[in-house]
Parts: sequence; structure tokens; C-alpha cells
Amino acid sequence: MNTTEKIRETAKKLLADKKVDLVVGFAQGSLPLRSTPYFARTPEEAENLIWSATCENNLANFLRKRPEKTAVIAKGCDVRAIVGLIKEGQINKDNLTIIGVPCEGMVDRKQICELVGGKDILEVTDTGAELILKGKDFEQTVAKADVMFGSCKTCRYNTPVLFDELIGEAVPAREADYGDIEAFEALSAEERNAYIAQEMQKCIRCYACRQACPMCYCSECFVDCGSPAWIGKSAKSVDDNALFQAVRVFHLAGRCVDCGACERACPMGIKLSLLNRKMVKDVKELFGAEAGVSLEDPPALNTFKFEDKEDFLL
Amino acid sequence: MIINKNEIPSLLDKLAAEYRVMAPVKKNGLVEFAAIKSGEEACLTYANTKKPGKEILFPQSEELFNYTVDAEGVRMQDNVDPTSTIVFGMRPCDAKSLVLLDNVFKNDQYEDVYYLTRRNNTLIVGLGCNEPAATCFCSSMACGPFSKEGSDIFLTDIGEAYVVEGISEKGKELLAKLGLAEAGAEARAAAAKLQQEVKADGTINIEGLSDKLGGMFEHPFWDRLHEKCLGCAACTYLCPTCHCFDIADEAKDCNGCRVRNWDACMFPLFTLHGSGHNPRPNGKARWRQRLMHKFNYFVERYNATACVGCGRCIKNCPVNLDIRQALADIRALD
Ligand code: SF4
Ligand code: SF4
Ligand code: SF4
Ligand code: SF4
Ligand code: SF4
Repeated sequence: MNTTEKIRETAKKLLADKKVDLVVGFAQGSLPLRSTPYFARTPEEAENLIWSATCENNLANFLRKRPEKTAVIAKGCDVRAIVGLIKEGQINKDNLTIIGVPCEGMVDRKQICELVGGKDILEVTDTGAELILKGKDFEQTVAKADVMFGSCKTCRYNTPVLFDELIGEAVPAREADYGDIEAFEALSAEERNAYIAQEMQKCIRCYACRQACPMCYCSECFVDCGSPAWIGKSAKSVDDNALFQAVRVFHLAGRCVDCGACERACPMGIKLSLLNRKMVKDVKELFGAEAGVSLEDPPALNTFKFEDKEDFLL
Repeated sequence: MIINKNEIPSLLDKLAAEYRVMAPVKKNGLVEFAAIKSGEEACLTYANTKKPGKEILFPQSEELFNYTVDAEGVRMQDNVDPTSTIVFGMRPCDAKSLVLLDNVFKNDQYEDVYYLTRRNNTLIVGLGCNEPAATCFCSSMACGPFSKEGSDIFLTDIGEAYVVEGISEKGKELLAKLGLAEAGAEARAAAAKLQQEVKADGTINIEGLSDKLGGMFEHPFWDRLHEKCLGCAACTYLCPTCHCFDIADEAKDCNGCRVRNWDACMFPLFTLHGSGHNPRPNGKARWRQRLMHKFNYFVERYNATACVGCGRCIKNCPVNLDIRQALADIRALD
């Protein structure tokens, strides 16, 4: 049985045995290179579940404060978010069954689209290591490893850190790699500013990044508050767009699970990971902490140790 | 009339000397409408711009007026923009969307001076689509890859050249000034063939949809449609026909402005009352609003669907919530 079939079997059984009321997973999407979050409530609906290299959304986003007994088909980064949310009291672990799926990395349709010069891709075949892309008058083969999301290329928790059942073989963990952030840190302040301004100029303040982030769940986000207006609401202010991201990153300090869901959701293709991952890297270096990797670790910002670095404080 | 493709940059240069010319340009990896200084900047081979053409007449953030307070009192400056503008190379879906937006900004109850001043001083040069994308379904939405509605002048790409047609009086007047060559019979036939044969997806059947939706407000269908929706504004901000806005004052010390920003019914903040009550309190009510507004309320009011089938919401939704699928599902309901 392949992964999709195993997922369907497991989900059908959970639903048929009334162990859960709902299975959150993925179904085939309406476009090539897309799958779509799916909510199965009957064994028949569980037949629509799939697994592929396009299951890019972080499903932990759909699990907060769920009243019903729920199972989730979760890859490595989804589980990190789930762990974080359990610790923050947003998910009741007793109500959740985690069907973990070790993940080899999801492919980035935006990179792929660029690779074929923006031409319409009408059909995609996944051969395991490669994707065969077909359009009206072209056919092209790409290695999946080359077109993976940035966050997947650096992911170290491909195999879920917490699960009730694991479908498929564990994937070996990679070495930590913050090469992207180190390269950005090596730029001068002016260059960094210029780059961020160029990216933030594209922002339309649609808040897809915030909405897609499993860890962004305040009932009122600071950007939405009208009185006091902490931040200008107009998208044409590049400074305000950057301020939105800067504050978001601070609010996620020690909480961001480095899943990349924000960057994937951004319709304007803004490189948000540079900011988030800088914070992830700093938290790791300063406090030796990583979010969402164990239920026992105390949250980084809720703890104080005498040996905590303070040299960044005034 | 006809113009060779290699003459387009010089034509745009000529126009840019007299008008503000907005054309699609490639910037930071995205294609968007921008005022061009030189004809070389224009990129007419794009499928469609990332942001919809509505932003030319109805910008995402528009300072309606500025004010200053000093010892003498308050001074205000209204920012009505009468610049004569030519939009060059707008796709038919976007051109049609402007005709739909006209209903909203000019009707028996309200005339929006900001929109209408721009509108009246803008001429649209439409550009037919020889290769509609897989997400395009304009042919289902009373539009189409060669629909001329909303264009003052219309271009058809026949390979080496564009066949140029004057559509409105305004368009014909401009063409008379430009002195382009007459198109030969062969070129005209090539254009006519394209216009007749090229179609986008025309299988989304919306016949009777508005009436059906009219009786569906309480239908259980809405309970699940929105389930995977994140509540962002990718689908509405990037939609050429969505026109909701929010007005805010932005001030610093004694200077300020009143700014009109795009708003979106998918946000929890949309229609949130000062009292804390929201008539659309959840994702279900918000998705119902989006679909109902496009395919029922707008139809009842203006006799047209508020969707031109451009496919932007489909391409840009982070969870692949496809409006074509939603429409097909509604159609399949008893
Ligand atoms: S998703 Fe992208 S465009 Fe939208 S608010 Fe976030 S950064 Fe801006
Ligand atoms: S900020 Fe981005 S990378 Fe971090 S948890 Fe949220 S979605 Fe994931
Ligand atoms: S609803 Fe979607 S397809 Fe229709 S006009 Fe708006 S963005 Fe385009
Ligand atoms: S669909 Fe929503 S955002 Fe678009 S115009 Fe209607 S209410 Fe406004
Ligand atoms: S773009 Fe998709 S996720 Fe965002 S509000 Fe629209 S339907 Fe929902």
C-alpha cells in the first residue's frame, strides 16, 4: 500500500470505529501541483484523502479549539505547530489523534512556474525523485529536490516528533542549516534595508501570511486595532508593511516553528522567511531553544535561566 | 487599422509625451500596471497582471484629502486626480470589470468623484488573449478572451502585428489622430478568426444561479464551503470586481489625510460594528457574503455577475478554495 492508501485505511477505521468525528487531511486540488485541505467526517469521505509532494498547508491551523474528536494527517512541521499549540493551551491533546507522515519536502509551485517561464502547467506526473511537467507545447522534467520550498530544504524535523500512529518510514534528520540567514546577516545594514524595502513594497496587506500561520491566533491582531491605531492601515506605506512583519516576528519569538506556511501563503511571493528564520536562529543561539520539538521543553520566553544571554539588552 | 509590434515602443513614447500611459511592466518578479516613461518598459506578453486593473481607477490606498492645522485654522486639499491617462494593454476581463465597477461608483444614490474623475479621463486600450490560462473562465462569465466591453480601443495579436479597432467614440478619436495604417484583408481575417475561435473555459454554467442562490441563504451548503478558508484577502484584493473599502484617518502632529483602503469581506473585521456585534460573525457568513454578493446581490441590483472569470482568486488562494468548484457544487444541489 502506498502512503495515500494507508492514510485512507487509517482514517476510515478511525471514523468507522467512532474513535474520531473528523479527520483533517488533504484532498486532490483543482490545479496541477495543488492539493487542498480536506475535512472527512465519514468513511466514504475518507476515500478522498491523498498524500503527495503538494500537501503544503500547515494543518495545525485548523485544529485550535476544535470541539469534536479530531484526527489529523500531519507532516513534520504540522506536528511542530501542534506541539507548540498544545503547550499554549490551544489544542486539547486528549481530543486529538495524530497520524504522522514523515515528509520528504513539499514542492514549491511558484519556483516551478518560474522555471518554465510562467507557462501554464496542465499536467504533472510525480515519478518519486522527479516531476514531469506538461503544458500545451512543452514537457520538462525537474528534480523535486531542486524545487522544494526553502523551509523544506532546511527542515530538520521531517519525521513528526509526536504521533499516535506513523505512516511510512522515518526520514533521517538533516544538519542545521542557516546559510540563508547567515548570507543575509553578512550584508551591510543598507543592503538589508534595501532588500526588505523592495520586498515590502510588494505587500498588499492581505494578511494571508498571518492567517496561514498556525501560531498567529490572537483574537485581535495589533494591526486590526483601530483605537489606538498601532500601525497605519495603508499598503502603500512600505514602512508600515515592514513594521507589520517586524512586530509579527517579535510576537512569534520562541514560538515560530519554522514551517514556512506564511511564506507559502503570500500571493505576492515575499520572502518572509528571512525575518522569521533570523528570529528562530537567534532564539536557538541565545537560549538553546527550538519551538515545537518536545512537549516537555519549557517555552523559551516563559523561562529564565541564570546563564541566559543578556548582552542584547540595554 | 494595424500596427507592427516593433512600432509599439515608439507609439507608446509618442503617447507618453502627452498622456500618463499605464502599461503592464515587470517589476520585482511581478507584472503590474505602472506609469511608463518609455515604450520599452511595457510588457505585453504577460498572461495577466498580478494585481487587477481596478487599481488604476480605484487604488488600494487612496488619500482622498489632506489637511494641515496651523495658527490660521484648518486647511484642506482635495486629491481629485484629473490626469489624462491611457491604459495600454489591459486584458478583456479587467476592462469588463471597470464597466461593472461603474455601477457601484455611479448610481442613483451616489457618485464617487474620485473614481469618476479618473474614469472620465482614462482611455482603455484592451488586448485580446490568444492563450487564455487554464484558470481563466471569462467565456463563462459574459466576457471572453476577445470581449471588447470596457475597451475604447482593442488590439488583436496576429503575430508580427496588432490589428487595432476603435470601439468607443473616444477611442476612434484618438485613433484618428495617430494615423495608423489600414489593416489589409488578410490581417483582418486573421484577427476575426482569433476573435471567433479562441475561448477560455466556458463550461461554468451560471444560468438560473442567481435565482437559486436567492433561496439558499439558510442552506446547509454554507456550513462546509468555508471550512478550509483562512480568512485572508488574497481572493478579494486581487479580484478585479471587488470594491469594498474602509476609510481611515492617518495623522501625524498637525498633518493628516483621510485614506480609503481596500477592504475585504473575508476579514473578521469586515462589518464589525462599534458595539462589538457583527452580522457576519464567522467564516460561514463571510464566504456566503462573497459568493452571494458576486452571483446574487450584484445581479439583482445591476443585472450582471460581479465576476469576470479572470481566475486570480483561484491562482492566489493559499488553500486552493476554487470558486469554480463552489459554483459547480451549488449547481449540483437539488
Ligand atoms: S501574505 Fe504577503 S502580501 Fe499578504 S500581508 Fe503577508 S506579506 Fe503582505
Ligand atoms: S511565522 Fe511562518 S514559519 Fe513561523 S510558525 Fe508562523 S507560519 Fe510557520
Ligand atoms: S471572483 Fe475570482 S475569477 Fe471572478 S473576477 Fe474575481 S478574482 Fe476573477
Ligand atoms: S465579494 Fe466581498 S469584498 Fe468583494 S465586493 Fe463583495 S462584499 Fe466586497
Ligand atoms: S484567498 Fe482563499 S483562504 Fe484567503 S480568504 Fe479567499 S478563499 Fe479564503
